[in-house]
Amino acid sequence: MTSPDQNEKSQRDLLDQQTRELVQWHFGDDTGCDFWLEKKKTFNFNPLKDVNCFDDLKKFPLFEDDWLRGGPMRRWVPKPLQEKPIYVFETGGTTGVPKSRVVVEDHWIDYELFSATLPDASFPRGANWLMLGPSGPRRLRLAIEHLAQFRGGICFCVDLDPRWVVKLLKKGDVDGAKAYSAHCIDQALTILGANNDIQCMFTTPKLLEALALRLMDQGSSVEEAGIKGIFCGGTEFTQQWFRFACEELLGPNVYITPTYGNTLMGLACGKPFDPADNYKITYYAPQPRAVIEVVDFDDHTKLVDYDKTGRVKLYTMTKELFVPGFLERDEGERERPCAKYPWDGVSSVRPYHVFAKTTTVGVY
Amino acid sequence: MLEIPVIRWGKPYESLEKADVVHFETGEVMAKMHQANAGLVQMDSRKSNKAREILKQFSCADLIRKCEQAADLYLTANLPMGTGTQTPEEFCSIQSATTGLPLNMCRANMSKNAFVLKHMGDMLDALTRGLSLDILTRGYGMESRNVMVSFQANSPTLGLVLPSNSPGVHTLWLPAIPLQIGLVLKPGSSEPWTPYRMYEAFAAAGVPREAFCLYPGPHDVGNKVLETCNRAMIFGGQATVDKYHGNPRVQAHGPGFSKILIGDDCVDRWEDYLEVLVKSVLMNGGRSCINASGIWASRHTEAIAEAIARQLGPIAPLPTTDPNAAIAAFTTAGVAEAMNGQIDDGIKLPVVTEVTAKYRGGDRLVKHERCDYLRPTVLHVSDCDNGMANTEYMFPFVSVVECPQDKMLSKIGSTLVCTAITGNDKWVAELVDARQIDRLNVGPIPTCALNWLQPHEGNIIDFLFRNRAFQNSPPPAH
Repeated sequence: MTSPDQNEKSQRDLLDQQTRELVQWHFGDDTGCDFWLEKKKTFNFNPLKDVNCFDDLKKFPLFEDDWLRGGPMRRWVPKPLQEKPIYVFETGGTTGVPKSRVVVEDHWIDYELFSATLPDASFPRGANWLMLGPSGPRRLRLAIEHLAQFRGGICFCVDLDPRWVVKLLKKGDVDGAKAYSAHCIDQALTILGANNDIQCMFTTPKLLEALALRLMDQGSSVEEAGIKGIFCGGTEFTQQWFRFACEELLGPNVYITPTYGNTLMGLACGKPFDPADNYKITYYAPQPRAVIEVVDFDDHTKLVDYDKTGRVKLYTMTKELFVPGFLERDEGERERPCAKYPWDGVSSVRPYHVFAKTTTVGVY
Repeated sequence: MLEIPVIRWGKPYESLEKADVVHFETGEVMAKMHQANAGLVQMDSRKSNKAREILKQFSCADLIRKCEQAADLYLTANLPMGTGTQTPEEFCSIQSATTGLPLNMCRANMSKNAFVLKHMGDMLDALTRGLSLDILTRGYGMESRNVMVSFQANSPTLGLVLPSNSPGVHTLWLPAIPLQIGLVLKPGSSEPWTPYRMYEAFAAAGVPREAFCLYPGPHDVGNKVLETCNRAMIFGGQATVDKYHGNPRVQAHGPGFSKILIGDDCVDRWEDYLEVLVKSVLMNGGRSCINASGIWASRHTEAIAEAIARQLGPIAPLPTTDPNAAIAAFTTAGVAEAMNGQIDDGIKLPVVTEVTAKYRGGDRLVKHERCDYLRPTVLHVSDCDNGMANTEYMFPFVSVVECPQDKMLSKIGSTLVCTAITGNDKWVAELVDARQIDRLNVGPIPTCALNWLQPHEGNIIDFLFRNRAFQNSPPPAH
């Protein structure tokens, strides 16, 4: 039996190995994408020789998400993948050109890995799913559908354009935003009430709250609607809200798992529920494909101590995407490794306090 | 450490999120306030009918008596406050420490709130024009003049999104309880003290706790209170007032642009009214919507401005415990600086003159490490169309505006309290008809001297109840 220390060491070795392999892939003349091969010319180091472990990634400048705005998209596709079918997924996009990421199979891989973390009792194999989240050019939409299919179910979806909601809120049309939220809940209730044997769902905290309260107003509940497991994420998910959801919206027979993710990184899982945590939510990135660090607000190369607050920094290292350090718009506390995820995590994720005042969060 | 829980229909609820309530000058954490989430508000709103049902177990007269007891308890008793207790002195002291309001003003506001509670019976009698309050309970009844009347409650609860910096506004929601309407309060982040103390005073006087919710929390909690209560009040700036304009469910209280108009028949004796003018500008640190921000006259305006400035100009920040402290701190970073900048921009034109500068002996803006002050400012404005003629800031600030009497009513704009110093009956008749004026005082009455028997920004009875037709026998043949 390996000790926690040995476990963490072997995970670190895996991460270093992933780093070496993926840097060779993304900066190899025959395998890299045009973007990174061009960028390489501007570096004062040679990634192929000078990056030999994860910590060496700090030699790269920070990844700027503005690089993802506009085409040509194929400049992001590694040469050996150019002939594969390509998806493009967008993020943001309320104003101006949205940020886009190309994907071949990453969204399938990420969600197949995530599937292994879901308890079968709450997310029964073969059960159907409801995707009560953003539609349109979003990775999440197809990823959830794949998750449902991978687990043997069918995914039912709603039409939900989060950009429209942000526009409504920015112009102060709160009633319009509420009406749109109600429109989404109407769709969900129609699907849930149409004999579709839906037992699992993805949704966001705000939409889950709206759905649960609407069902209660109708004398029903999420549990009575047939839902056993909820995979929830997409917007800020606070400790207090998690408790409120478990104690008052859902009850003891509906399982909810918080997740944290985005189009760049994929999906970070929540630490399995433990009453001792008092609903504190700790996320762990899907290492070694992605890494989360909690770094000093003023020096992104420096990790904060455990339990201390810092900004969330993401790394992604898959064959389809290389992100050697990106400062997310979030902050949180650095958490110790746990048995299931023997690497650092982040808890109490919330909007980075400098940006928080200007961020508009919509229905989703 | 003092902790203040969320209150859900009278039951304390400990949230997993807490916000610090800090000393405005030192940053010392004075209390931890548990934070509600918006869903909690919506969840609880499903039971709001029960609040009215529980209150209706008591007659309005009973509840008025309980208000009188609550007034004494609020003013004198050692009452629970979250995980601790508070004497009246401790209450004023912590309120001053977290809001930056001088202690003497905290005491004055405490007395004002208690006065309103103590005189609740008279107030309701005045505001209902002598209606038997049993009719409000029953929903209909025969008036003494033998006319059937019916009043239907518009909402089982009144929601309040309360400010952090004006403990005087709490008088506005106190009548809800004797009218058998439950209260859903979202306290301000640095002034939870009045709502919580009032809640405890009501409870100690025998009002069921189940009639109250108190939801400290972020902005979305306030929004949810407004959304879920069919009648609600919010306190904020002009943007808040504009946002809810025309919304019958929400009464938005914002700047008052209160004014004193001196008629041509009195203006040559302006010195007789100087005390009224100064008091109207300065009282309660100039924070209130009922403080005068404009003094309008057709002549002698430069001399009037000079005389007011001579009295207000030397006033400087003092420790909050100093009995002579007359101005309050701005505790939100950048607010005082922004106002100061706007005033500096405003006085650049030749029609606007700052009169206080020479009496001040220093800058208008006084910056401290964790808070700022704005010292009293008197402007003389010779063009009544200039924007500075009709501006309000939350400190002793007044524009003395030169304007012919016959143009005043077309120029003053929205005015919460208008004190017209005149004996000219024809002009008084015009003032009475001026719909831009809410409260009208005729004579040398300070704008901030409120008679609580009068409605304020609308009659709360009309806000909370709908007067509608009711018949239980056929009407006379006609």
